Amino acid sequence: MAMKAARKRVKTMPKVTVDGQEIEVPDGATVLQACELAGKEIPRFCYHERLSIAGNCRMCLVEVKPGPPKPQASCALPATDGQEIRTDSEMVKTAREGVMEFLLINHPLDCPICDQGGECDLQDQSVAYGRGGSRYDENKRAVTEKYMGPLIKTVMTRCIHCTRCVRFSEEIAGVDEIGAIGRGEDMQITTYLEQAAEHELSANVIDLCPVGALTSRPYAFEARPWELKKTHSIDVSDAVGANIRLDSRGREVMRALPRNNDDVNEEWLSDKGRYMVDGLGKRRLDRVFIRKGGKLQPADWDSAFKAIAKSRPQGSIAAIAGDLVDCETMFAASTLVKALGSDLLEGRQTGMDYAADNLAAVAFNSTFAGIETADAILIVGSHVRWEAPLVNVRLRKAAKRGAKIFVVGPFWDTTYPAHFIGDDVSVLDNLPDEVADVFEGAERPAIIMGGAALAQGALGAGLAFAAQFKLTRDGWNGFNVLHFSAARMGGLMLGYAQKGGIADIAAAAPKVVLALGADEVDWSQFGGSLKVYIGHHGDKGAHAADIILPAASFAEKDGTYVNTEGRVQFAEKAVFAPGDAREDWTILRALADALKVSVGFDSFAELQSAMIAAVPALGEEGLADYGTLPKADGNATVDGAISAYPIKDFYLTNAIARASEVMQRCSAELLHGGEFAEAAE
Amino acid sequence: MLQDKDRIFTNLYGFQYWGLKAAQQRGDWDDTKSLLSRGQDTIIEEMKASGLRGRGGAGFPTGLKWSFMPKESKDGRPSFLVINADESEPGSCKDREIIRHDPHKLIEGALVAGYAMRARAAYIYIRGEYIREAETLQKAVNEAYDQGLIGKNACRSGYDFDVFVHRGAGAYICGEETAMIESLEGKKGQPRLKPPFPAGAGLYGCPTTVNNVESIAVVPTILRRGASWFAGFGREGNAGTKLFQISGHVEKPCVVEEEMSIPFKDLIEKHCGGIIGGWDNLLAVIPGGSSVPLVPADQIMNAPMDFDGLKEVGSGLGTAAVIVMDKSTDIVRAISRLSYFYKHESCGQCTPCREGTGWMWRMMERLRTGDAAIEEIDMLQQVTKQVEGHTICALGDAAAWPIQGLIKHFRPELERRIHEHNAQFAPATLEAAE
Repeated sequence: MAMKAARKRVKTMPKVTVDGQEIEVPDGATVLQACELAGKEIPRFCYHERLSIAGNCRMCLVEVKPGPPKPQASCALPATDGQEIRTDSEMVKTAREGVMEFLLINHPLDCPICDQGGECDLQDQSVAYGRGGSRYDENKRAVTEKYMGPLIKTVMTRCIHCTRCVRFSEEIAGVDEIGAIGRGEDMQITTYLEQAAEHELSANVIDLCPVGALTSRPYAFEARPWELKKTHSIDVSDAVGANIRLDSRGREVMRALPRNNDDVNEEWLSDKGRYMVDGLGKRRLDRVFIRKGGKLQPADWDSAFKAIAKSRPQGSIAAIAGDLVDCETMFAASTLVKALGSDLLEGRQTGMDYAADNLAAVAFNSTFAGIETADAILIVGSHVRWEAPLVNVRLRKAAKRGAKIFVVGPFWDTTYPAHFIGDDVSVLDNLPDEVADVFEGAERPAIIMGGAALAQGALGAGLAFAAQFKLTRDGWNGFNVLHFSAARMGGLMLGYAQKGGIADIAAAAPKVVLALGADEVDWSQFGGSLKVYIGHHGDKGAHAADIILPAASFAEKDGTYVNTEGRVQFAEKAVFAPGDAREDWTILRALADALKVSVGFDSFAELQSAMIAAVPALGEEGLADYGTLPKADGNATVDGAISAYPIKDFYLTNAIARASEVMQRCSAELLHGGEFAEAAE
Repeated sequence: MLQDKDRIFTNLYGFQYWGLKAAQQRGDWDDTKSLLSRGQDTIIEEMKASGLRGRGGAGFPTGLKWSFMPKESKDGRPSFLVINADESEPGSCKDREIIRHDPHKLIEGALVAGYAMRARAAYIYIRGEYIREAETLQKAVNEAYDQGLIGKNACRSGYDFDVFVHRGAGAYICGEETAMIESLEGKKGQPRLKPPFPAGAGLYGCPTTVNNVESIAVVPTILRRGASWFAGFGREGNAGTKLFQISGHVEKPCVVEEEMSIPFKDLIEKHCGGIIGGWDNLLAVIPGGSSVPLVPADQIMNAPMDFDGLKEVGSGLGTAAVIVMDKSTDIVRAISRLSYFYKHESCGQCTPCREGTGWMWRMMERLRTGDAAIEEIDMLQQVTKQVEGHTICALGDAAAWPIQGLIKHFRPELERRIHEHNAQFAPATLEAAE
């Protein structure tokens, strides 16, 4: 390893000339990259930074000397010292026009009815590099539509055979779902036997498709890109914190698209993060409800606040945070709870009670980009493909680089070679020899503890494992906890963790429980409490509530989120909440008035600065510093089998997803193999 | 004319049995051990000296190609020899004769060539349609294994060498070397991007050389009789003997081994009994298989049949599959048929070939009936230029060249058809009333 690096260092950077401009390019760069470094735009369709090089569209042809007297595909040609590259010669211009003409002869002229219109590489590049008109007089090719499942709409006549989708599913997703059949003109891109693409990242091929062959089925004919308002946001469907862009029109979020962030989601997004947004408009709580005579009745804010005040929450109030809430909401609630003289805060809805006093022990310390470089990985109790599909992509990369991966827990279909070593977490302190040997010899060993392991109480044993195999070493921290809830790390930083977990709060029997979008709690434990649900969807939490205060979803408010790595990220408000619904912090602020206490903020900015004053790490976007791992208890042991993973249905894990028709359809068709029953009208 | 004593393929016509015993009587497998004992570098040098150029069509010097293979494996990867027996070029039928009548020449050649390039094994990729030939070849391979000629300690030389016969599934493109490697690996037969070249990363990512059947089959004889013997045939830079495959309008179509650089007229007169209807009846010749441009009668007559000689008349030797067309030929239809072949066989991977071959064929079909405009001839020429040199592999070039040859030499014929066709629809000229 060290030798390899040394050998690399002695290599010099090749010097090339691009259109007369001499530049140095990094060793191993392609001619296309060299041209880009020189500020030249090279048109391309098949080339994509994150996929292997196919070199089949021939759009990136440039003239290179020395070399054969014909244009060369710049995406596949290594840049070498002394090359003279021309991107502006007559040869290059004719070559581009020629390729463009070929691409267009069989491409339908249906831009007016194509969803890709306005964001289509073929459109843009034909304007920039094509001929003015067509010389093709023959009939155009027509290709039958292919079924690719509930998310991907196909119009295969538009396909230009760049094979980006094929390479994505093979290389990134790790499933052979999409491929090419036939040859020549008759080559067609399809799924195997036209089965649905079932991978959790399948919809990324829609972004990759440079033309309108693969478009979004739920978004079909909904909007044009130029009429959409684009807002930067953070995906809350899991704890990865994928960077997304919400495209909205009026009060409606039309779609979610991934943003580039190499540290987090690269440029992918899970299907759930992408498609649960239609749930933002369904089953919404848009007015106040108060339970009267066992039934939730519409009411107004005043009477709701009065009812809460009447139950005298002073000194006996708890806040339970759900999976989707932002840090500001949690901080506002905790301020209110503390102002009322209580300290009952909890975010781990399902009853987990692991120690959270040292945050390094509950974070994904390797970072997502770092876990790619691990060479031995032990996954304990995590169905990574469902709990964090984008982390699974990273694990696949690690496996491709030669990492050995072991899993403790029931079988799930990894997309890379992995060895399942039983369900019993007791293997943590009693590893089979061949596994222990791998970790002893590893340079960058890592462990990933999932929710099922934490629920089993395996955190201590995991830390002991980390100490035994020296998972923290120079420049490397291989101890990772993979959370599933978007609010979890923020909650832990804001103290939403009781020593005994939620059972402790139930035991304290508070008079009032503030449920901040908490839908996964077993509410029967709180029979004697007044349950105030502050949330956005009429889901399980609202069903159990005594008072419902309608609040905003992640798309309808500014907010800070912390992902499982401890990465602080900020999401912006895209649209307004429907009906009477208000942003969460304003509800809590008004409630403070009704309960005659002061929380010390009157605006969102004040709330934020108060929060940052309390937890400075939340004020800085990027990785929070959690310090070093706690000293492991060498005697920590654990046993018990992991019988199942917490997620039963990938597509229906939160209130927004459960309200989403698209997610319901995915669940029915892709997971349960049934037809989605549409409501009769 | 090549004398019988100088023929390499002594059982080309199958007058004798193909089996091991008969082959040994013809001189195959004769002390192969001593051939190998000359050492790898000596063999490669000998091949370079012989001037043998690849018989698959491109004419790359065989010895030079072998010398690109790594001398030792730095990372434990083995090297492989892949023998291209996917003979699908329209007009070509030489490898078939070698395989069905003289398979041991090929197998012995595989061992010697494989040894010289330090290959662990040879894969013979045989065309799917060659069913009986594949059976014969497999039997011959089995015979060679049984006699210890290949396999562990091949020919008691101490060298381990395996030969595998792999049947293709009938795709022309799998005759392209990198597509063949993909196909061998079990993938869709599509050419790879170069670089990396197969000599660096080929079959299963290991150093690989792909050679034509004929190139490999002549190796043992060249080594036995000496490089200078082989180099003594043909003109400078076009050494050796070659299997010519003459088809079309000749009295006796045949496959024949002849000296390189033999003039076209001699080749036809001596072996094929002349052109049907006499020399005046000759229209054009496609001298190297479907993918080279045609040459009209007057230019081909005295052209030496070798790589350089045919290049001078704007064509190429290709696989030396000589397609002779007399004046009864509908030359436009003939080329249009070839266009259809390339349209049908394009793998569909890269844009110019996938879209261009179909376009060219459709244009050719219209030119065949004359249903076109004169300007469209120039447009077709431009389209062929847009395909040529813009593709991953040479199939795009191969599809373009026949059409370019047609336009170059038979433009008046194309124009005549267009005028004739369009005249049918011209409005009848009204005679002036007097």
